[in-house]
Amino acid sequence: MKFANSLSQVKKRKRRDRRFKAYSYSAIALAGAFLVFFFYNIISNGWTAFQQAELKVEVTYSEEAMEMGNWALSEEMSYLVSRGYTRLIPVRMEEDKTLLGTSRQEWVLADSEVDQFLKGKPNRLSKAEKTLITEMKSHGQARLAFNTGFFGNGDSKLPEMAGIWSAAVGSMYVLIITFLFSFPIGVMTAIYLEEFAPNNKFMPIIEVNINNLAAIPSILFGLLGLAIFINFFGVPRSSALAGGLTLSLMTLPIIIISTRAAIRAVPSSVREGALALGATPWQTVLTNILPLSLPGILTGTIIGLAQAIGETAPLLIVGMMAYIPDAPGDFTSAATVLPAQIYTWSSDSLRAFTERTSAGIIVLLAVMLSMNGLAIYLRNKRETKW
Amino acid sequence: MKQGLLVDTGTVFLYLFCGLLPFAAIAYFLATRKTFSLKFKGQTFHSTSGSYGWYAVVWTLWPALAASLLAAVLSLTGVAHVPGSALVAAALALAAGGLAVGVMKVNPGLRARNIVEGVIVKLLFAASLISIFTTIGIVLSVIFEAIQFFEIVNIWDFIFGTNWNPDEAVVHAAGAASESAEGLFGSVPLFAGTFMITAIAMLVAVPVGLFSAICMAEYASPTFRKVAKPTLEILAGIPTVVYGFFAAITVSPMIVQAAEAIGLQADYTNALSPGIVMGIMIIPLVSSLSDDIITSVPNAMREGALALGAYRSESIKNVVLPAALPGIVSAFLLGVSRAVGETMIVVMAAGLRPNLTMNPLEGMTTVTVRIVDALTGDQAFDSPETLSAFGLGLVLLVFTLALNIVSLLVIRRFRQQYE
Repeated sequence: MKFANSLSQVKKRKRRDRRFKAYSYSAIALAGAFLVFFFYNIISNGWTAFQQAELKVEVTYSEEAMEMGNWALSEEMSYLVSRGYTRLIPVRMEEDKTLLGTSRQEWVLADSEVDQFLKGKPNRLSKAEKTLITEMKSHGQARLAFNTGFFGNGDSKLPEMAGIWSAAVGSMYVLIITFLFSFPIGVMTAIYLEEFAPNNKFMPIIEVNINNLAAIPSILFGLLGLAIFINFFGVPRSSALAGGLTLSLMTLPIIIISTRAAIRAVPSSVREGALALGATPWQTVLTNILPLSLPGILTGTIIGLAQAIGETAPLLIVGMMAYIPDAPGDFTSAATVLPAQIYTWSSDSLRAFTERTSAGIIVLLAVMLSMNGLAIYLRNKRETKW
Repeated sequence: MKQGLLVDTGTVFLYLFCGLLPFAAIAYFLATRKTFSLKFKGQTFHSTSGSYGWYAVVWTLWPALAASLLAAVLSLTGVAHVPGSALVAAALALAAGGLAVGVMKVNPGLRARNIVEGVIVKLLFAASLISIFTTIGIVLSVIFEAIQFFEIVNIWDFIFGTNWNPDEAVVHAAGAASESAEGLFGSVPLFAGTFMITAIAMLVAVPVGLFSAICMAEYASPTFRKVAKPTLEILAGIPTVVYGFFAAITVSPMIVQAAEAIGLQADYTNALSPGIVMGIMIIPLVSSLSDDIITSVPNAMREGALALGAYRSESIKNVVLPAALPGIVSAFLLGVSRAVGETMIVVMAAGLRPNLTMNPLEGMTTVTVRIVDALTGDQAFDSPETLSAFGLGLVLLVFTLALNIVSLLVIRRFRQQYE
């Protein structure tokens, strides 16, 4: 082989080497770029929902308004103000009798179309209405204010009234149930497998089984919840109890696996030291091993719960996507959860709901990211390095 | 009846916790007191006083709890319905009796500590059985309903039929019962959709995930790795419902526009957008598993290749990757199992229409979409459509279980080879 030929071959190999390295870095860059685009997209879609249009209108608390809230407003305004607000006028007058016969200027919730118009998004207002709103805005009679209703209200058919409160409460209930069931059982299982399990043929089965459970599609847990918890045990459908039990079975393997890792990380000298001082195996676990592995256990539990809070599919199967305007009062009444609320809003045809969906997603992601951040903090600060 | 049962058990539980826990506390107190007074008289005990206290607690609780469990089993299986008040009375009486027995049995020769520890270990063992029961529960619940489904629908029609139209089956059931539901539950289009979307997802996830893993394991500096790895993991932590929304609202319109630009027609619910988004979701799964495997390939192999004059990339391609192949295969299989079972992305972005096509720009539906659709409608629980969800669930279960087990075996083989 001629020298020049092999030199060109080396060059070719070198080029190929560089190209390969570039590919590998660009793969990470691609994933990173997607992440940036994704967050930009969700946030730019959703941040406007944290503001809500309000109009300053003359509200006349007349006799007629007692019958129908619309009569308290001038005719052209009654189309622009949220029906959710006008519907409540008679109720408020009933509660506060002194309102009757008075009239005053108030900031009231605007209709979602007005809201979309003020945010510069597509809307269905007529040309005359648009000029009216623009004029009101220049006189300071229309504004975008912080949207307290989004955090304080439950679901509603009117986009401007819809909020995440009932879903957030439902999520909290589900999470409480999930924690109450999966944490003790998960930690107990891990302790048994690491410290007490005899070395027989049955134990590998449990181990393979736990690893398998972690990889079973979540929707199958929903089928289990429907068939066993709801149809067999008679847990009420759509309740936080049914959802929480289903999710606790999904969270269980995560907690078991991380607890086992945390227990295994405790050096055996600790164990032997406690046993040498006369502690029984259980006393060793309770007074030495558990306290030392607690940060690791908590980290795993928080990560498991963060995953549970974003889970949707099994909860749809157990019926937790019902229309729930009020926060559930207990564990057995019908409830919905944040991701299910996001799902129901996303399938709504009204454009104003798209914005709310993104805002709901921002809230959900914020909760999940802060839970994961807490887990990472715990792992870094509290975990003992052996 | 079943609804009533739950409320009943709920109140019963309340009574148990208000009634039994005080009893347990009394038992602990009495038993430890007894040991104190005997110790005062100069007797020596086998265990510490606390052990005897817990021994009495065990005696107080187990008869009452066993009775409640028995009653619950009886009511659930429908053999006999025990009224709540009677159960509470019986449980409290049993607890009182157990308390008396437990405290009476306390004597210096009793090996209370060994007994209590034995009970604790048994409880721990019982807890570890829950995960087994979960698997059994999933398998049984799916199989039982699936059997009912296959009594209505011929299993071969289900596997080989190309027409999925459950609504017609409802019409049949309402009309002449003699009419069979033949051909309406043909699952081929659903599996075709599932595999199409899974294939697209893997086409995105495998190259990106594998190259990311190579980058992090072979090229990246420790600091870069420290930042890049958790950042990639964020992708796995985003809830699937969020990905679904993103696929439906952002990616689908982009694909429709892109298709129009090159003169093609795309549906808004095309198979491409959930596939791509799902692939992005699976990237961290593929990359972190492959990364683990690549880093555990012994350094000597790398160095050997470099010593023979190979470039870095050549050593990776010709030595490291072939050695890590089992791990990469197992990561791929787990990715496929994840993609096949993924639900929310396809529910929100893939559409409902069973469609047997090779064109990823058309809408297709998947197994998981039909499961959700069948179970969130308002059909009766024993209607063929609802049951079909369990038939599909059975196939999904078998498929993903097989994938998981194969990937587990493959990776175990790898570990045996190098570790």
